Amino acid sequence: MALRGDWVYENNGGTCVAIAGSDYCVVAADTRLSVGYSIYTRDYSKICKLCDSSPLFLLPSPLTASTIYQHQHNKQMSCPAMARLLSNTLYYKRFFPYYTFNILGGLDNEGKGCVYSYDAVGSYERVGYSCQGTGGALIMPVLDNQLKSPSPLLLPARDAVTPLSESEAVDLVKDVFASATERDIYTGDKLEIIVVNASGIRQEFLDLRKD
Amino acid sequence: MEWGAVSSEGKEVSTILESGSQRTLSPYVTGTSVLGLKYKDGVIMAADMGGSYGSTLRYKSVERIKPIGKHTLLGASGEISDFQEILRYLDELIIYDHMWDDGNSLGPKEVHNYLNRVMYNRRNKFNPLWNSLVVGGVKNGQKYLGMVGMIGTHYEDNHVATGFGNHLARPIMRAEWREDLTFEEAVKILEKCLLVLLYRDRSAINKFQISKITEEGVTISEPYALKTFWGFSAFQNPTKGAEGSW
Repeated sequence: MALRGDWVYENNGGTCVAIAGSDYCVVAADTRLSVGYSIYTRDYSKICKLCDSSPLFLLPSPLTASTIYQHQHNKQMSCPAMARLLSNTLYYKRFFPYYTFNILGGLDNEGKGCVYSYDAVGSYERVGYSCQGTGGALIMPVLDNQLKSPSPLLLPARDAVTPLSESEAVDLVKDVFASATERDIYTGDKLEIIVVNASGIRQEFLDLRKD
Repeated sequence: MEWGAVSSEGKEVSTILESGSQRTLSPYVTGTSVLGLKYKDGVIMAADMGGSYGSTLRYKSVERIKPIGKHTLLGASGEISDFQEILRYLDELIIYDHMWDDGNSLGPKEVHNYLNRVMYNRRNKFNPLWNSLVVGGVKNGQKYLGMVGMIGTHYEDNHVATGFGNHLARPIMRAEWREDLTFEEAVKILEKCLLVLLYRDRSAINKFQISKITEEGVTISEPYALKTFWGFSAFQNPTKGAEGSW
């Protein structure tokens, strides 16, 4: 960003993971907000519910530098529709981007879990699982290993949803975060897990290392 | 061409491109850390009264904590003139809101939200307000404490500190903070933090104001100094552990 000057962005760290199952979706993110070597707060939620929201609510945070993670379920606006909306929102600022790396999770029109993964300028793709943020590089290979998504090149196309049960997916998320927290200084403090399924949205927390 | 304005004329844009990363502003007169803490009945805030001109201590009676409306306290570090500009914005906001005469008033949450938008908007125009602000208050029995940074980064917590305070004071506050802190205990914690900052932050000065806000309203203390002790052996012979250096 030589054009703009580096001060307009600030890396606030954080990690997010989302896993789609056949009838559920798990979205999780840690709650640490940092800059450099210091922590602003240990309790900053990076997941927000989008279901009955206006598009304005999409990028709720002015922390362009921080990673914002989002999820939604399938009332009002469908998850695929919300996914396109988020893409357009990001691309609208193509030449002065929102420096955020989003994951959108929820249930599609058939009630199947869906995860959309984005870059900062709105390229997106529907996947079976994804992770992003400062701990993303540590977690992604573990998810690849455990969830073995079928190649998108296969014909006919296979479902990317994982064969794991809901509770197995939640346990996997807890494990990968506990591991990422060991090596990534920007990940820690607390893990917020959201599970979306036919019966609604459930939230749970898990304490992570605070160092 | 005004800085940050993105011109549609290619020539001017390329001038910016060639100049590489440049800042829109640099701060002139600055204030150092502000500390804030929730306690049993409300929120207390502390800051020293120094205004630094680079490393020169230029002003010594800068009030960096101000009341905003009936329910809010605002503390500022960073560029003092920008803080004064922010106070003007808030004055306008509060008066405009008051003129509706509908019995409503803006609480700390609303003020914080307003400041978040102002700060972020200014960064989008590449013309930031060079401050870190602490917003605290009580309304309808609800305590509120938050922070906003220069580019609009904002959060809430039970205790906050800007600048050096985030490095030196917050660990102390994390260790000693409780939900049911009395006013006296809260003051004690803040004074401990101020003293650490005084010893280790070269732009901190020994003239402070502590202010509190409760359901009853705002109280801002008269300026006062803390008792210092410079007799530590490390202060008396600072090069002892590094012989051979100057």
